[in-house]
Amino acid sequence: MAAPRYYNFDTLSLHAGQQPDPHTGARATPIYQTTSYVFRDTDQAAALFNMERAGHVYSRISNPTNAVLEERIAALEGGVAGLATASGQAALHLGLATIAGAGSHVVASRSLYGGSHNLLHYTLPRFGIETTFVDPRDLGAWKNAIRPNTKVLYAETLGNPGLDVLNIPEVAAIAHAAKLPLFVDSTFTTPYLLRPFEHGADLIYHSATKFLGGHGIAIGGLLVDGGIFDWEASGKFPELTEPYDGFHGMDFQEESTVGAFSLRARREGLRDFGACMAPTTAFHILQGLETLPIRMDRHVANTRKVVEFLTRHPAVESVSYPELESHPDYALAKKLLPKGASAVFTFVIKGGRPAGRKLIETVKIFSHLANVGDAKSLVIHPASTTHFRMDDAALLAAGIGPGTIRLSIGLEDPQDLMDDLGAALRMSQKI
Amino acid sequence: MELTVHKHATYAYTGGKPFDPALPTVVFIHGAEHDHSVWALQSRYLAHHGRGVLAVDLPGHGRSEGPPLESVEAIADWVIALLDAAGVQRATLIGHSMGSLVSIECAARHPERIAKIVLVGTAVPMKVSEELLNATRDDEPLAQDMVNIWSHAAYAQYPSNPGPGFWVMGGNLRVMQRQKPGVMHVDFKACNDYVNGITAAGKVAAPAMLIVGKRDVMTPPRATKEIAAALADKRIVEIAGTGHALMAEKPDEVLDALRDFV
Repeated sequence: MAAPRYYNFDTLSLHAGQQPDPHTGARATPIYQTTSYVFRDTDQAAALFNMERAGHVYSRISNPTNAVLEERIAALEGGVAGLATASGQAALHLGLATIAGAGSHVVASRSLYGGSHNLLHYTLPRFGIETTFVDPRDLGAWKNAIRPNTKVLYAETLGNPGLDVLNIPEVAAIAHAAKLPLFVDSTFTTPYLLRPFEHGADLIYHSATKFLGGHGIAIGGLLVDGGIFDWEASGKFPELTEPYDGFHGMDFQEESTVGAFSLRARREGLRDFGACMAPTTAFHILQGLETLPIRMDRHVANTRKVVEFLTRHPAVESVSYPELESHPDYALAKKLLPKGASAVFTFVIKGGRPAGRKLIETVKIFSHLANVGDAKSLVIHPASTTHFRMDDAALLAAGIGPGTIRLSIGLEDPQDLMDDLGAALRMSQKI
Repeated sequence: MELTVHKHATYAYTGGKPFDPALPTVVFIHGAEHDHSVWALQSRYLAHHGRGVLAVDLPGHGRSEGPPLESVEAIADWVIALLDAAGVQRATLIGHSMGSLVSIECAARHPERIAKIVLVGTAVPMKVSEELLNATRDDEPLAQDMVNIWSHAAYAQYPSNPGPGFWVMGGNLRVMQRQKPGVMHVDFKACNDYVNGITAAGKVAAPAMLIVGKRDVMTPPRATKEIAAALADKRIVEIAGTGHALMAEKPDEVLDALRDFV
């Protein structure tokens, strides 16, 4: 008898977390546009509130449409649970706030999306959470930055915008040796290109706004619990392993051996911070997830063609993409990202800032905006937009120069993209 | 709560309330390669509805120390030692899979101590295929995948367990992975080797309830017929749309059956 196997990724993208609607037979996931749910009787109501029965009470805490999305991302990542949030930033905050508080310390990669850097560097210190930023490629720096009050190590799977490939197995080993979890932003890679839990990460979040949704129509975040990290054995997380007065004295680890983090994040974080996802947004992101595998294949194929085109172009100084031998993480990318290093990358145009400005003003297909992971191709100048709060030294440390252009390659015909860029590059050199 | 049973630290989840031995006691006994958390919702509900709950981690499982016990008979006697340690004279046993065998054997051996038994996902005998039994010995990850896939009727169940947003199969796999190496084979061999079940069931006078998953392929409905016939005082509850992981796939339906019986 052949050993049974789980459904493959493409099938899970379409089916995980969902059955035809038990009430109507609807094949697609219905949008449960409701704030609240009528209780069968007082006993059921009390049981729902006290987590004696599973179900929905109020859509800030859970919603049937959101639940499909949450379970689907958990299945695609190989975790135990997902939490849908109002945005990727809300997912990052929920992840950190569930296990860190005043007096806590975070060790973070310095190669981060500007918004994440803002949260850690400027905002969380106001709430007593300090962060030490390290070069993600410097394993010794990760280790040396850990303090007795450190709660988590945090990085992007592909650093923004320099595409530093996170050495998940090594950084996870450093975290685990210190009895800490590794929390990763997997937005750029998606579970299709990389499944961080398989390499040692413990918690994942996505800006679902990007490739998961895939069409630039909805802001949302997803937090995923791997269910692997042993909070009890760590001894550093009383939030998860001791009775919580704020929820009936519940000891979350006792309640769920492998889902303590998710329970607390929902029962405290979604309840109290309230950064939940709208059910219509969940529906939009589910629509995106259904085609994630085929879209990511096309995103990557187009990216490879455009990267190759740019590396040969005389107006281009350099191209930074982990599949190029010139990229410092070339070997690591081959190991961790065999299906592709996503569809976002940077290049440096000859002629610096004025040439960059000209390029952005000349392209026709590429849209100049602050997003990535859209079905449509995008272009941005990080030094003047996403990372404008950082000074030159911090910019350089994050791998950004004044002439750095970031592209997010979409699903258009690749020849059209290359022609569009080629024409703009020619114009950029005539000023 | 922590008890000492047979000189080993033993953990029992008490449903979110301090255990009171003066209340009618319900002992939840998990199956192979599992721990107490498979009963999270049902055990918590009963603890908040007038029962004293002990959802145990069997020896060597979860937080309980000591080696895993090698036979159903040994676990049945251990349950009595647990009741002694908790100061309980008489209890109802609710067992899933391997735990259901323990419940039968315990009720047969110690009729004065057992009020009722509930057998969730049961089959007697509980023969394990040679392929799976070998895998539990030689390749635990493969065996865990086999059990996980065979235990679930669907890749999604509403409203999920222990709540919305949890991927049930992912959670079940992680609970199995959390058990110590070697435990899985001891458990499955104990199930496979237990040959006394029908005889034991014939001695059980306590009321029994069987909760059967209509799509259970691990302990299929047809395999419960012999044990059901052997029990003197029994009722059978069939639940549609669930496989062997009944408490996770149909938590409300399992709870409703328990609530009406215990």
